[in-house]
Amino acid sequence: MKPRKDLLDIESLSIEEIEHVLTNARPFKDLIRRSVKKVPPLRGRHVLTLFYEPSTRTRSSFEIAAKRLSADVTNFTVSTSSVVKGETIIDTIDTLQAMQVDYIIVRHGSSGVPNLIAKHSAASIINAGDGNHAHPTQGLLDAFTMKEVCGDIAGRRVVIVGDVLHSRVARSTSTILRKLGAQVGYFGPGPLIPDDRPADIRGFSSFEDVFDWKPDVIYLLRIQMERQRDQFFPSLHEYHRIYGVTEERLAIIRDRGIYIMHPGPVNRGVELVDSVMSYEKTLINLQVENGIATRMAVLHWLQPGTTVREMD
Amino acid sequence: MDTQGQQLLSAREIDTKIHRLACQILENHPRDPFVLVGIHRRGVPLARRLAKFLETDRPDVRSGSLDITLYRDDPQNVDAVSVLGSSDIPFNLNGQLVVLVDDVLYTGRTIRAAMDALIDFGRPSKIELACLVDRGHRELPIQPDYCGIARVTGPGEYLRVLLREEDGQDGLFLVKSKSDSVTATAP
Repeated sequence: MKPRKDLLDIESLSIEEIEHVLTNARPFKDLIRRSVKKVPPLRGRHVLTLFYEPSTRTRSSFEIAAKRLSADVTNFTVSTSSVVKGETIIDTIDTLQAMQVDYIIVRHGSSGVPNLIAKHSAASIINAGDGNHAHPTQGLLDAFTMKEVCGDIAGRRVVIVGDVLHSRVARSTSTILRKLGAQVGYFGPGPLIPDDRPADIRGFSSFEDVFDWKPDVIYLLRIQMERQRDQFFPSLHEYHRIYGVTEERLAIIRDRGIYIMHPGPVNRGVELVDSVMSYEKTLINLQVENGIATRMAVLHWLQPGTTVREMD
Repeated sequence: MDTQGQQLLSAREIDTKIHRLACQILENHPRDPFVLVGIHRRGVPLARRLAKFLETDRPDVRSGSLDITLYRDDPQNVDAVSVLGSSDIPFNLNGQLVVLVDDVLYTGRTIRAAMDALIDFGRPSKIELACLVDRGHRELPIQPDYCGIARVTGPGEYLRVLLREEDGQDGLFLVKSKSDSVTATAP
């Protein structure tokens, strides 16, 4: 297996690379049981988080992961930076390049920005979410979590519920799970399910259909309030009634032992009712916990370049 | 390159060496409790075998395993993406007397890394070192407290320890690489 400089999406990863990250995430997770939770491999390396979109958990998760590997971390806060003065992304990258950081963790509202930065930077770029495109570390941590609770991912059935169209999480998670042999289905409001979904992904018209398929995991996507200007469904109340995990549906889920996942943060009363959070097969907090170990494995795996690649 | 080489210890002799190491540890610590920690990979079965020999005198002696990949200081091999092993130390190290166990002692860098890793698990009262073979060429001020056999290797020579748990058989071999320019593989 060749070392890799950047992690931009799940599509370009080989099964071997995915398995490598998932395997190494395990010992990183075990570190939390030690008195010293920090290990030295990234000592002297510098990690920069560059978030053009608000995020608390992903950014903190990366920051904790980097610090546990003994890296130094700088948070580049966009609202207070030169971006408001009209600096372009490339100008910002040139500035960061001059600062000699080794890893840049990027989140941006437009798809493809991390790829652009990767081309212009010797640093390793990790995509922490770009537009509707990809969120590869979420996919990896979801796969790690499923592997941890289900043993093997191959043959498992996962239904992703909600706004699949605008979800980079849905894209990355469904891609990695299918690569690892899981069967994936989508369930959500018609306009929010992509027309061009791959043929092997099932569609469902109701929660009853979903239950009939006997899924192992129901993966709820967050309704992104900030993206609902276009009125893809009548109201949040309606959404909850049709696509939410209600008390009645939770009773069925509990009865069948189906796992519930969600990338967070949850909208209580929309994607799920409060009692889902205390259901014993809700993996939401485990996903957060595993996010740190998975991101440590990613940082440990990537190897920053020495020179900037030529632009193609 | 010869994979087997000249046999320095037979399976039976390996067994005797491990038995002797166990006796020496016991002799040194007739009363104090201690724990064994094997360094991945071959130190782990060695520590288990030491514990087995110690069974009659110390039925409660515990052994753990330590992966030191994250603590290595050797220049990163660009083509090798390291797979981490798991450390399993199912006991509190604070105030413990720890005997670190490895198969081959060479530059001492592995032991330096192992001590750093160990100290991140807790603060042992003392750390000692047991190795099956000492091949010399130390680059750090580290010496074994218990050593099965000392055999300083010459240019182009290295030692190959086989243990049945990892390799299906026991033995110690001196292997000569055909060209002296080939760097001996670190144990």
